[in-house]
Amino acid sequence: MSRGARSGERELSEPGAPRAVVPLGQGFETPLAHRLAEKAITGVAFVAIAAIVLIFVFILKEALPLLWETELHGEIGGLDALFLPKQWAGYAEAVFVWQPVGTPSKLNVVPLLVGTLKVTVLAMLISVPAGVGAAIFVSQYAPRSLREVIKPALELLASIPSVVLGFFALIVLATWMQETFGLAYRLNAIVAACGLSLAVIPMIFTISEDALRAVPRELSEAAMALGARKWQTTLRVVVPAALPGIAAAVILGFGRAIGETMVVLMASGNAAVMELFDPTTSARTVTATIAAELGEVAQGDPHWRVLFLLGVLLFVITFALNRLGAAVIARLHRRLTAGVEA
Amino acid sequence: MKWVKGDLLLAGATGASVVLVLALMLVVLGQVAILGAPSISATFLTEGPSSDLVGGGIWPAIWGTVLMTLLMTVAVVPVGILTGVYLAEYAPRGSRLAAWVRAAVVNLAGVPSIVFGLFGLGFFILFLGRGVDALLYDGQPVWGKPAVLWSSLTLAVLTLPVVIVTTEEALRSVPQDLRSAALALGATRFQTVFRIAVPNAKGGILTGIILAVSRGAGEVAPIIFTGAASYLPQLPTDLRDMYMHLGYHVYALSTQSPNVDAARGSLFGTVLVLLVITFTLNLTAMIIRARSRR
Amino acid sequence: MRTLLAILLALSAAACSGDGDAAGRVSVRGSDTMVILTQRWAEHYMRAHPEATIQVTGGGSGTGLAALINGTTDIATASRTITERERRNLRRNRDAEAHAVPVAIDAVAVYVHEDNPVASLTLAQLSAIYRGRIDDWRDVGGPPGRIVLYSRENSSGTYAYFKERVLEDRDFASEAQTLPGTAAVIHAVSRDPSGIGYGGIGFGGGVRAVPIATEGGDPVAPSAQSALDGRYPLARPLLVYTAGEPRGTAADFIAWTRGPRGQSLVEAAGYYPLPRVRTAERVTR
Repeated sequence: MSRGARSGERELSEPGAPRAVVPLGQGFETPLAHRLAEKAITGVAFVAIAAIVLIFVFILKEALPLLWETELHGEIGGLDALFLPKQWAGYAEAVFVWQPVGTPSKLNVVPLLVGTLKVTVLAMLISVPAGVGAAIFVSQYAPRSLREVIKPALELLASIPSVVLGFFALIVLATWMQETFGLAYRLNAIVAACGLSLAVIPMIFTISEDALRAVPRELSEAAMALGARKWQTTLRVVVPAALPGIAAAVILGFGRAIGETMVVLMASGNAAVMELFDPTTSARTVTATIAAELGEVAQGDPHWRVLFLLGVLLFVITFALNRLGAAVIARLHRRLTAGVEA
Repeated sequence: MKWVKGDLLLAGATGASVVLVLALMLVVLGQVAILGAPSISATFLTEGPSSDLVGGGIWPAIWGTVLMTLLMTVAVVPVGILTGVYLAEYAPRGSRLAAWVRAAVVNLAGVPSIVFGLFGLGFFILFLGRGVDALLYDGQPVWGKPAVLWSSLTLAVLTLPVVIVTTEEALRSVPQDLRSAALALGATRFQTVFRIAVPNAKGGILTGIILAVSRGAGEVAPIIFTGAASYLPQLPTDLRDMYMHLGYHVYALSTQSPNVDAARGSLFGTVLVLLVITFTLNLTAMIIRARSRR
Repeated sequence: MRTLLAILLALSAAACSGDGDAAGRVSVRGSDTMVILTQRWAEHYMRAHPEATIQVTGGGSGTGLAALINGTTDIATASRTITERERRNLRRNRDAEAHAVPVAIDAVAVYVHEDNPVASLTLAQLSAIYRGRIDDWRDVGGPPGRIVLYSRENSSGTYAYFKERVLEDRDFASEAQTLPGTAAVIHAVSRDPSGIGYGGIGFGGGVRAVPIATEGGDPVAPSAQSALDGRYPLARPLLVYTAGEPRGTAADFIAWTRGPRGQSLVEAAGYYPLPRVRTAERVTR
């Protein structure tokens, strides 16, 4: 190790010399290079912050001008047409329509929000029971050997690229579902939701399983000492104790499901239908719309701006969900590290 | 503990969800393996596609995926590791900067992949690329269009959280004694970090890099507008070139090929290759992580 | 570790090499209807001219024209004519006039499942079907059953053409499933006995093209003859757009596609070659 000559060094290197006590703050001076390197490292850490800020700034930059470029408002039927129903020419009543090609461009985002919500909620209805159920099984009932097979398997499932899941939903699942259930539309919300849940379940599983395993053993032991059966302990002690973690899993899973693109692009039918409750109709999500349409728009066109606006919406929603999930997890940590609570 | 009826019900119900999920996964993998294997041949892996995309091979897609992922790795590894080092080794306890960095990392991890595509287009291509064009090329579109460089940078930002988090965790699991010993022997903090802590965290850091690579190789949404092409006659050799990509090829074949049924063989074959690559990377990462934990 | 880093850096440096000279490198973007044909053209052209590089991507006519406007492609292929708004945007963004060259003729066929017995449809019926006004096959001479609509993404020139020509610029029904390519439409209709779809004639398998009648006319099936002599109502030229007159390799490539070699590839792809007399014309619309 390279250091300059120091007073202490000479004394130490003499055999039999008394141990030198180097006063704090003296003696071992960090070379300039090392100090500069440390500053540089601190600087690099800013990149992550810069990235998230830049993402927001640059998508906002492309969307925001829609507010003040009033000459474009005519092309889309007015700024309110983005969110409010409008009675366009040829329609008997005010409707929510997303049909960007044509004059005027009908850019109402409500059918897209409805589509996203529908597909996401359907996916969560499948993923939460499956994911949490699997987590309960693995953390409470499965013997060690089984756990060491299931966990890696689910981790592998998590590593499957979403384009493969979308492809599977499109080519295999859609056909099977249509043949088994006699559905009118081959590509619809439920097919997309099934594909989505394959992407979301591993995430919900992992976080829930961690939360369930983090519940202090004293709690379940106390319950069993009082005569509760294992299933009673699980359902009435362990799961409630892990509820913040499970809630975080659900919130983060919801965020993932909302933001997923390839599965819904390939498997949802992409029809901008204003139908929230029938799972067998097609749906058009915000993410699929951006992916399908961004390539075809000229920069600065109102359609371009609205697509970026949808991106901003997505960013804000997933950002909020992430903050919420992180806050819930933080509460969980505080609660557990503060000691066992009854 | 002895099981009663309630336990059978609960274990049964929850176990059933495990079985269902794993069964579905096996169906996916099985179909891909069975329907894709017949297409795998030396020509499939080493030749380019026929111009209707139905026949021929996927070599350009393999090459493009590898090239783009390589560039992404070069971009993300230094930044990710150094940030992880900062968080684990240098950040004072309760540091505001560290808290912000961690918050940024968590949020980056949650940004939808298509928003990364918008970012790649809006920032890298339209701002940086066009900016360079305006400065150096008199406005000619040289850098300001989709290219493998921009795709890889976009994906580097997307996979940054993976590298940062695994690096930080890996460093945290290095016993403090090692660092104390080094400091006691007179090492500077820099030396302690880079000669003692980081080498001991090698396994975890490597795991993170491999996971990032696997993730980056599979993402399609961010590359649709930042550089992927459905048919290129020549391999990309320049940072400004567009490139073919396995995941994008799956998407294009499923939707653009003239006869989806005829392209089935190619489709499943491409999916199989993509999955083999992804799984190999992930299994390797899992093994390294398991080994370094013991 | 160090060697790995060195290798990575060396490879990246190699990737950085290559001159900035874009001559000989042409990017073509646009119509999914034409993408296979364009790829074949590119492949054969490059065999004959090894110094040229033609990059082809699909995405839809709208995508190609948008890329032309944004400056990210040299040639845009389109299965529809450019809109006024796009023309304006091109003038504003690239300070150039849109230059169109027809390269092939296409017929937009209306596809139904091969077991669907419907004999023919009038344009008016087709329009009503796709606007959601007629929703049962019974009303157009088929067996009772809901009509399932398959349409294209709005980046598609075929979509825009259909909307303008058949729907007379009115809206598609919102239930129309939007698929990203004619192949996907055919794939969907071939699996759906109650489906109806539309797309370029160059694709096929498991579906039937329905003869179309104009008001007061006889139903005409799509074919080379009926497309060229105008009897088939949904025939259209396939176009190639550039910002201003094409130059260099792009011009050469476009001229080659209209030559005998290029046109024989058109036929092989299932489209109809340009009639001799129109070869010299420039579409002025």
